[in-house]
Amino acid sequence: MAFNIYDFTTLTHDIHVGLAESFSPVLATTIEWVIVGVVYLLFVALFGLFLVYAERKVCAAFQQRLGPTRVGPWGLLQTIADFIKLLMKELIMPRKADRFLYNLAPFIVIIASFLAIAVLPFAPGLQSLDFDIGVFYLTAVSSVGVIGILLAGWSSNNKYSLIGAMRSGAQILSYELSVSLSLLTMVVFAGTMQFSAIVEGQRDAWFIFSGHIPAVIAFVVFLIAGTAETNRGPFDLAEAESELVAGFHTEYSGIKFAMFFLAEYINLFIVSAVAATVFLGGWMPLHFGNFESFNHVMDFIPPVMWFFMKVLGVIFVIMWFKWTFPRLRVDQILTLEWKYLLPINLVNILLMALVVLTKFHF
Amino acid sequence: MLNEVMFYLFGAMILTFSVLTVTTRRILRAAVYLLFVLISTAGLYFSLNYNFLAAVQLTVYAGGIVVLIIFSILLTSHLSERAVMAPLKQSIFSALATLAGATLTLMTILRFSFVPNTGVDPQLNITDIGNSMVSYNRDGYALPFEVISVLLLAAMIGAIVVAKKERKLKE
Repeated sequence: MAFNIYDFTTLTHDIHVGLAESFSPVLATTIEWVIVGVVYLLFVALFGLFLVYAERKVCAAFQQRLGPTRVGPWGLLQTIADFIKLLMKELIMPRKADRFLYNLAPFIVIIASFLAIAVLPFAPGLQSLDFDIGVFYLTAVSSVGVIGILLAGWSSNNKYSLIGAMRSGAQILSYELSVSLSLLTMVVFAGTMQFSAIVEGQRDAWFIFSGHIPAVIAFVVFLIAGTAETNRGPFDLAEAESELVAGFHTEYSGIKFAMFFLAEYINLFIVSAVAATVFLGGWMPLHFGNFESFNHVMDFIPPVMWFFMKVLGVIFVIMWFKWTFPRLRVDQILTLEWKYLLPINLVNILLMALVVLTKFHF
Repeated sequence: MLNEVMFYLFGAMILTFSVLTVTTRRILRAAVYLLFVLISTAGLYFSLNYNFLAAVQLTVYAGGIVVLIIFSILLTSHLSERAVMAPLKQSIFSALATLAGATLTLMTILRFSFVPNTGVDPQLNITDIGNSMVSYNRDGYALPFEVISVLLLAAMIGAIVVAKKERKLKE
């Protein structure tokens, strides 16, 4: 089995061939499903725990504290300890709650996140679904997640939950528009919706450089709208602690609360990964036109490393938003989307179309 | 074989949840069962390799219409509300009407001789879809597309006019 850190195509191909040779086609496919599922589950759980740790450290740095330091070296095992504690908590069911919907809601949220994560290319050959409608598929499945939040808020039989769910629903529905439109701007530029082809198109220069002004505008709009879509601060009024206890997941405890919590961090990862893939070249190394030796040095860093470096960079920026901006009011959030971001976005698409038509790009 | 398993699985899900949608007495549960029906239909499209239609199904129905339905239920009704059972006479007549409709549809479908597709996978290219959407040739969809957008615009303006409060004239 040839393992190559620069290109996973051979590895995945070898695994597929190996399984197909030793098992019947049906069994081989089933085993592949299980393998892919387990790999994604492990990745999401571990990365989610790491993101919680990172958030606490980043927050601490902004507030001139140290953050977790006691459990493990640099407090690295703190979130694992927290997670074990969460697993052992009692699952509380509010009286007169709608039992079925109450239990269903966390799963809808987390399934939508898992469906979205499937199209992201981590490295060459390390992508489980490569549709030619990749970007469209991503916006389609991520629009289902909000249903889980609405159901959670309604079925808890709690006024705080209901208000949190309504706010969150209005916010996610509005900002979805900006996310899709800014992605559409880049689709106009790339000429394709397939994620692998989008990454391939950035071999010479990342889209944020080659698309210059409209691409930068789209990137900024995407970051703002993406932050709003993940319900993170300064757009976290759906779970504003000072007003609504914990918003739509007030009544959830133990592992069900952990699922909402995890889904929030997966969504943060998805938004950052999409930003990194569509604007910052995905797993493509940093290349500058004719600097042959520089490009060669950059090629030594494996694509997986590039991908995660970019994703973590974007995640850091989004965390930076959260810990430095005050929370917005609900009318300010809707004004920002409908009166500013949406018109900017529409003009930006026209600008991008003009740039593409006049070939005024690098 | 796996394809068949998936087909029967999605088929069973569509049938079960369709029945549950109309029989449940809690309105939000009905909306959620409807969501399951729509998602299973998207799953059928995916298993047919018709990704575009599946994604449209997810965005428009699951992500759009069901979310709007749930939103309006959240605004208007309470958790403890239950739909009243329809009177016996009404149920009998609706059952008869449904049966008649089902027989008519079944008769039409069963009379049609379906030809199994033996050729290659009709993998639709997204570029072709996009091109025919904006082309104004014989097979283009530019005119219907524009007509529908005008209709939607009119509907939107109508909704705003209906929702807008009358402002009292200063006397």
